[in-house]
Amino acid sequence: MNQKQKRTLYRIIISFTALVVITLICRLVDLPVLVQAILYLIPYLIIGYDILRKAWKGIRNHQVFDENFLMAVATVGAFLLGEYTEGSAVMLFYQIGELFQSVAVGKSRQNIAALMDIRPDYANLFVDGEIRKVDPDDVEIGSVIVVNPGEKIPIDGTVIEGRTSLDTSALTGESVPREAAEGDQVISGCISMTGVIQVRTSREFGESTVSKILDLVENSSMKKARAENFITRFARYYTPAVCYGALALAVLPPLFLLLTGTVGWSQLWPVWSDWITRALTFLVISCPCALVISIPLSFFGGIGCASSKGILVKGSNYLEALADTKYVVFDKTGTLTKGVFEVTGIYPAQGFDEAGLLKAAAYAESASGHPISLSLQKAYGEKIELSRVKEIEELAGHGVKANVDGKTVLAGNAKLMDAEQITYPSSGQEGTVVYVAADSCYAGCIVISDVIKPTAQKAIQALKNCGVKRTVMLTGDSKAVAQKVADELGLDEERSELLPADKVAEVERLLAQKSGKERLAFVGDGINDAPVLSRADVGIAMGALGSDAAIEAADIVLMDDDPAKIALAMKISVKTLRIVRQNIVFALAVKAVCLVLGALGMAGMWLAIFADVGVMVLAVLNATRALRIRADE
Amino acid sequence: MKKTYKVDVDCANCAAKMEAAVKETAGVKDASLSFMTLKLKVEFEDGADVDAVMKQALANCRKVEDDCEIFL
Repeated sequence: MNQKQKRTLYRIIISFTALVVITLICRLVDLPVLVQAILYLIPYLIIGYDILRKAWKGIRNHQVFDENFLMAVATVGAFLLGEYTEGSAVMLFYQIGELFQSVAVGKSRQNIAALMDIRPDYANLFVDGEIRKVDPDDVEIGSVIVVNPGEKIPIDGTVIEGRTSLDTSALTGESVPREAAEGDQVISGCISMTGVIQVRTSREFGESTVSKILDLVENSSMKKARAENFITRFARYYTPAVCYGALALAVLPPLFLLLTGTVGWSQLWPVWSDWITRALTFLVISCPCALVISIPLSFFGGIGCASSKGILVKGSNYLEALADTKYVVFDKTGTLTKGVFEVTGIYPAQGFDEAGLLKAAAYAESASGHPISLSLQKAYGEKIELSRVKEIEELAGHGVKANVDGKTVLAGNAKLMDAEQITYPSSGQEGTVVYVAADSCYAGCIVISDVIKPTAQKAIQALKNCGVKRTVMLTGDSKAVAQKVADELGLDEERSELLPADKVAEVERLLAQKSGKERLAFVGDGINDAPVLSRADVGIAMGALGSDAAIEAADIVLMDDDPAKIALAMKISVKTLRIVRQNIVFALAVKAVCLVLGALGMAGMWLAIFADVGVMVLAVLNATRALRIRADE
Repeated sequence: MKKTYKVDVDCANCAAKMEAAVKETAGVKDASLSFMTLKLKVEFEDGADVDAVMKQALANCRKVEDDCEIFL
């Protein structure tokens, strides 16, 4: 509890005690009415003076219809009608409700803040052989910082000494640690677990990953969902409407009864005071706070829950749109596939073995930095002795020619084989084929292809289970490769050999197909698909750890490479919206019923207080459930 | 130009009213207040005097909700 809340609590205790004592006195001693009224004013003013002041200021500033006004009118009205206990108690319970709400909201604020507790407090700056603790903001680019086991890396940089395991779970929700050693890039927000490392910073703190993420999450509640805007608009019309309703309730029925002659002038006051009581009850019931507080709180809880699982949502509106997503369009490379080439098949010709073929190819390609060459070297696995390779000649668009251990090795595509007049069998394989020849004799071929992510198939299935109607893959790759990936993953549709501009056109075609309320999400890795990300209803970028472009362009950012997180995000979104709808329906229904009961004179002040603060507290408690949505549900 | 301010306000409805008040202040292009983070993001019109605009914005907020604060 903060200072303000504590003060309210003391006021509640004092006022409550005073109210009990005064009620007892009035029961035991027969005091004149005026004395009673003055006595009851003591607890009333202790607990309600700020409400009265606010209501007065509101009237002066022409902002009449707020809840302070409602409470002031209701309680002052009760006093004028001689209902002193009622008037004081209503104010007291209103304040108790307000306090409870304030504490509950503060608690959930803290919970959410704890979920996103990745802000580093300090950096160990290494200067002149000494370590100084400084504010991360004061560390310049290129400084050396030391990160001890258990500490957060405060600023992005490169490891220059030491090795450690990094806990990235605060960023990605992934519990498997990553290894980092000399020369590796490390990202702020990760926790070093095992060793001491020295890091040369490559960015300022403000530009570091951790700052960007915090900024994004903190600003996410600025982009409001339709449901939130609806409530704000609703409250703007609702409060005055209720006030006029109450006024009508206080004046019209007695007037009607009087004019029709049902009630004579002599009995007017008792009848009228009854209707005024009803009108005041009506006012207390009507406070819109339950709705206004619980909707943003639910969304904020949902966003907080998502970020604890490595899913950053840039606004409540995107969380809302995700629940209506029926079309999911994927980029292939880097999204459904790993985006790194791996040797997936080795086919030696007669007289050669697999190991020898791979070795020859790896040696021939040893000087090249091309992804294909790198994947060959990686598959070979052993250290390449550069002295054994001579006369390396890169043949642009064909491959390489080199002298390995005195043999002339050719490694490259079909064109190279044709140019060197070497006969080779057609491989018939999908992916990239590297043909190898040694001393003008065909030695075999090696197939290199992109590998599908292990979770991709499950991810697609999970999306279908979430109600996605159509999954589409867009790729610049060849038809054969696209077909194979689509079949393997069970995608509904695939479009191949697309240029980046074609992808936008494809997404627009799909956007035109879908019906009004349905939403389309595009999932990409943030590399050269920014136009598509922004064109889709919901742009999802994945593998964003350290990629600024993706964080900028997308609406939802998946911090790791796992496509299964898309379905998880949808689940969180659906649940959050369910909670939002529950709250809207529950609050409106209870209020509507109580308003009718109040107007009919069947609801007293106590029910009215429940309809106000009770509903609010229940709605807030329900909203905090959004924080605890679990992955396995 | 955009700037973010910390605010203090007690209820969600009041926060919504504050947001509307800031939005209507001259020199403010757009504003968004999050009750959950207690942060106010203001986008100013080109050439607006930020300090003066924010002072006015706070005065306008006080009118709709007496018990509020923008930490300028």
